[in-house]
Amino acid sequence: MANTFVKISTVTVGSGGAATIAFTSIPQTYTDLKIVLSTRSTSGAAVARVIRMKINNLTTSIYSHRALEADGSTVYSFTETGTDSAVRIGLTNASSATASTFSSGEIYIANYTSANSKSVSVDFATENDATTAYLECLGYLVATSAAITDLTITPEALAGNFAQYSTATLYGIKSS
Amino acid sequence: MANPTKLVVDCSTGITEEIELTDAEVAQMQADAETYAAKKATEDAAKEEAEAKKVSGKAKLKALGLTDAEIEALVG
Repeated sequence: MANTFVKISTVTVGSGGAATIAFTSIPQTYTDLKIVLSTRSTSGAAVARVIRMKINNLTTSIYSHRALEADGSTVYSFTETGTDSAVRIGLTNASSATASTFSSGEIYIANYTSANSKSVSVDFATENDATTAYLECLGYLVATSAAITDLTITPEALAGNFAQYSTATLYGIKSS
Repeated sequence: MANPTKLVVDCSTGITEEIELTDAEVAQMQADAETYAAKKATEDAAKEEAEAKKVSGKAKLKALGLTDAEIEALVG
């Protein structure tokens, strides 16, 4: 049977926290990539914070998304376009959320080695034992012809690091 | 005080390194944060304005004689 879904690497944040998680030298032997995140930010004053993603360390205006978000009482849709720092890829629990809870997220990158713009589908759910908790789904696009070799995930800067026990796992998926 | 660190996973070797951010990287993160905070404030204001318009619109529909169920059916 074809080995179509393979864990490439996983990382767990240690006691000091981490400002960024980066996967480098990603093998070019799969069709798609999937990142699974279980994260919490050390930021206070919020139950959730934004996460951003940078591809191949590109910081130019090649990122955009269309988002659908629900916060426990209202549903929103919105768009962000611009540089990596201006466009979220999702959300993470922050330190005002219920203690010891983590958000869950999946980022699916189709045809990551192709010379076309990269289509990404994303869904995130934050966890909070209160009314305000978030669900967010994004259709995300990265307008680069370069194959993806590096991925960097960062929580909203100045708002804290990824907290201890946050994890990120990168999977490679083959079409056959 | 030491700078925050980044976790870098080299997928070709499986080795994970914890590397202290450079001062330039920290400065860039701070700049990014300030940019995003300003952008988010604009987004939040737009959301609040949209919500206020929704509430106002529902009140006007109710004043015209529509029931709550009819208003919900129209605008959710």
